Amino acid sequence: MVGSRQYPDEPSGPFPSPPTTFEDREGRSIEIRAPAAFADDALDDVVEMYVEFDPTDRAQGIPPTGEDRIRNWLETIAEDSVTVVAFHDGDAIGHAMLVPDSDDPDAIAEKSDIEWELAIFVLQAYQQAGIGTVLLENLLGHATDLGIRRVWLTVERWNNPAIALYERVGFESTGTESFEQEMAILLDN
Amino acid sequence: MNVLLGLGGSDESVKTLRRTIDRTKEVGDDLTVVIVDKPESKRSQDETHDLAVEHLDEAGLDDATVETLEGDPGSALVDYAEQGEFDELVIGGGTLSPMGKIQLGPITEFVLLNAPTTVKLVR
Repeated sequence: MVGSRQYPDEPSGPFPSPPTTFEDREGRSIEIRAPAAFADDALDDVVEMYVEFDPTDRAQGIPPTGEDRIRNWLETIAEDSVTVVAFHDGDAIGHAMLVPDSDDPDAIAEKSDIEWELAIFVLQAYQQAGIGTVLLENLLGHATDLGIRRVWLTVERWNNPAIALYERVGFESTGTESFEQEMAILLDN
Repeated sequence: MNVLLGLGGSDESVKTLRRTIDRTKEVGDDLTVVIVDKPESKRSQDETHDLAVEHLDEAGLDDATVETLEGDPGSALVDYAEQGEFDELVIGGGTLSPMGKIQLGPITEFVLLNAPTTVKLVR
């Protein structure tokens, strides 16, 4: 089941796969992991991260504010999501995930046939240090390993740093835009 | 207050209709409902029209005007608002993506930027 969204003709990749550890531009050791079961293994860490997240950096209503609303949001999307988490000193400081366009379990089983929406957040104190790029590349590498091909996102169209980051890894504009710019990438399987 | 409600035909439209009817009854506003021509919608213009009439009748607001508009939805809605004496234009306030992001489409953007009245987005 593929929708009407426009994907690039040329696939992008290869991308690195988690786990990986690297030093960010501030000299901090950052570890990127893909929890096997997000709900059991990493949800609490990620909830804690979003509780610390500065609401001025929210995009299109997410993440919500307040621990209960954050937990509710993540629990709603966690089950079928593909997630990677960045840790520093044991604390989650970055989170990137894909959520399927479909809620039909049979469709979700065929990961290559459906489209996946991407979102990525990095805690304010860890921005501008190259973590977002590595986190994004590892999410796309992990997705490729799982057989996912079509990934899309929307970004507020005045958010030029984010758009530049997405373009750098291979996202292209789909031509659909209002307040949000829609972008899509085709992964190389 | 003289309120103009614009509907497209999505599930969000139905929610917007219900909320606006509730509010109209509560404060005694005058309500006009117009259904725009949005071919990609779940419901046809006629279906949405009948739905609106039905909901208004049930609410005892059978004196409200209900009309269908031809042409580009945003432009038709703003034109209609300009020609009447409306204090407020009400439209649906966006859809949620699978991730939970609020998305405002091109019609919403056009209406927000071009409407001569206050615009209310219903969530």
